[in-house]
Amino acid sequence: MIDIHGLSKTFQGATRGAVVEAVSDLSLTVAQGEVFGFLGPNGAGKTTTVRMLCALIAPTRGTATVNGHALGRADQAIRRSVGILTETPGLYDRLSAEANLRLFAELYDVADPAAAVKRYLGLLGLWDRRQDPAGSFSKGMRQKLAIARALLHEPRVLFLDEPTSGLDPEAARLVRDFITELRGEGRTIFLTTHNLDEADRLCDRIGIFKTRLLAVDTPAALRRTLFGRQVVFHLARLDPAWVTAIGALPRVQEAHAAGEKLVVRLETPETTNPIIVRELIALGADIQFVGELRHSLEDIYLRFVNHDAGGQA
Amino acid sequence: MKHIRTLIAKEWAEVFKNRIVIFTVSALPLLMALLPLGILLSTGGAMSMEGDVSDLPPSMLKACGAIAVGDCFQIFLLNQFLPLFMMMPLFIPIAIASYSIVGEKTTRSLEPLLATPITTEELLAGKALAAVIPAVLATWASFAVFLIGLPLVGASGPALLTALSPTWFAATFLVGPLVAVLAVIFALMVSSRVNDPRTAEQISGALVVPVLGLVFAQLAGVLVLNVPLMLTVAAGVAVIDVVLVFFGARLFQREVILTRWK
Repeated sequence: MIDIHGLSKTFQGATRGAVVEAVSDLSLTVAQGEVFGFLGPNGAGKTTTVRMLCALIAPTRGTATVNGHALGRADQAIRRSVGILTETPGLYDRLSAEANLRLFAELYDVADPAAAVKRYLGLLGLWDRRQDPAGSFSKGMRQKLAIARALLHEPRVLFLDEPTSGLDPEAARLVRDFITELRGEGRTIFLTTHNLDEADRLCDRIGIFKTRLLAVDTPAALRRTLFGRQVVFHLARLDPAWVTAIGALPRVQEAHAAGEKLVVRLETPETTNPIIVRELIALGADIQFVGELRHSLEDIYLRFVNHDAGGQA
Repeated sequence: MKHIRTLIAKEWAEVFKNRIVIFTVSALPLLMALLPLGILLSTGGAMSMEGDVSDLPPSMLKACGAIAVGDCFQIFLLNQFLPLFMMMPLFIPIAIASYSIVGEKTTRSLEPLLATPITTEELLAGKALAAVIPAVLATWASFAVFLIGLPLVGASGPALLTALSPTWFAATFLVGPLVAVLAVIFALMVSSRVNDPRTAEQISGALVVPVLGLVFAQLAGVLVLNVPLMLTVAAGVAVIDVVLVFFGARLFQREVILTRWK
């Protein structure tokens, strides 16, 4: 659905002759129906990437196809087939919600603009406020209106730039639920966000990006790559000798104590956990809980971004 | 064409909610029509008398030919108002275009607009026509009010014929629209660099200087506004329009708007 090869973008710098590389050699494939999280710090080049993929700005090097249309050769077709939610809603404040959507339905050559506008205003709970100027809307309502605008022409690929940024928890949840619904309809979603918890919950795969792609995989696979699979045994009391004993068991990669907890790194907890439990009981331990240690996406993100910063320093 | 129509409708729906734009497009042209009529009315008595020939520039007297001096005075006075109908299509679209572009910049609505399949040519044409059309229509309406009012304020027959002459029609119906295009493209270019509509208006307002030059040149007797002069002005403005449209189109490329318009 989105196929990117060696995409790069440079801009002229502030000083004469200086060149700033915003995106460097990005190669990536996003499959149909996938929710792809594109994560990176401010100024990493995420918006530039989205703008290139929406045929808003031209790449300096590289190629990409979006919905089967080649960037640079079929830009109009790309614009027609993608929907974009920009970082700021960018609504016409003096126009009503309905007039805002009607304008875009007509610019996207939607066959029945009135029906499309009615459908999405209804879906996003804005139908009763359709005659009100967009300028009178709350932040959450504005974001919902902008999402409706991005969907009017039924795009198969959606680019959502910070869709829940600045929203209260209730509005953010509504938007997240809506994104889940859109995934259910088989749409491909390219999600740019700083909300790592949101990315973890919504995305099938994530890409960590800072001018170049630092890592790309499912959140679970990235966790495994960075931290392995770790199981925590909560014990009433931990004898240091038990750590050595458990660490010596076959298929146990590493064991260490964390307070009264025993943290064990395993390749396959499903088969090794029962062995460890039996061993601990045999050693006289009182096991309170057993659970897999799940590193947050934030840990993964910071590991990659900081490692990259360290590498470049 | 459909996209251009859609964009024009949106521009009008938006900018005509702005009081300054409404005043500029409606009240000002009316004022521009009533002002010369008022002056003609107040000087009506003096115009009926034989004036002093030495008061008129020689070039004007030559242009008047065998017309009575009183009528020639009235024609001279009337001609001073002609540049108004070339000035109106200049400042009206500047107001509209400045608010339209700067408004898009401040609300950051240009990016979603640029993400649609609208072409940059359609975008430029839509923005420009949305400003040019009201300006030209307001000018023509103002001219119509002026023509209707002339006999009512005691304009003489030769004066009336002057206002209905090819010179006046060339100024209003040919130079006016060309000036409007020039003003709009210039205002769009200025608006791309500033973030306040008033600043954009003030900078673009510099375009009024050449028109004022015509007024003063006429008053000083250096120029008499006639058809050849109007055609020359029209040709000159048309050339500038073409050049500005060329540069304006380059400025209206998506990438330029998104990366350089701040």
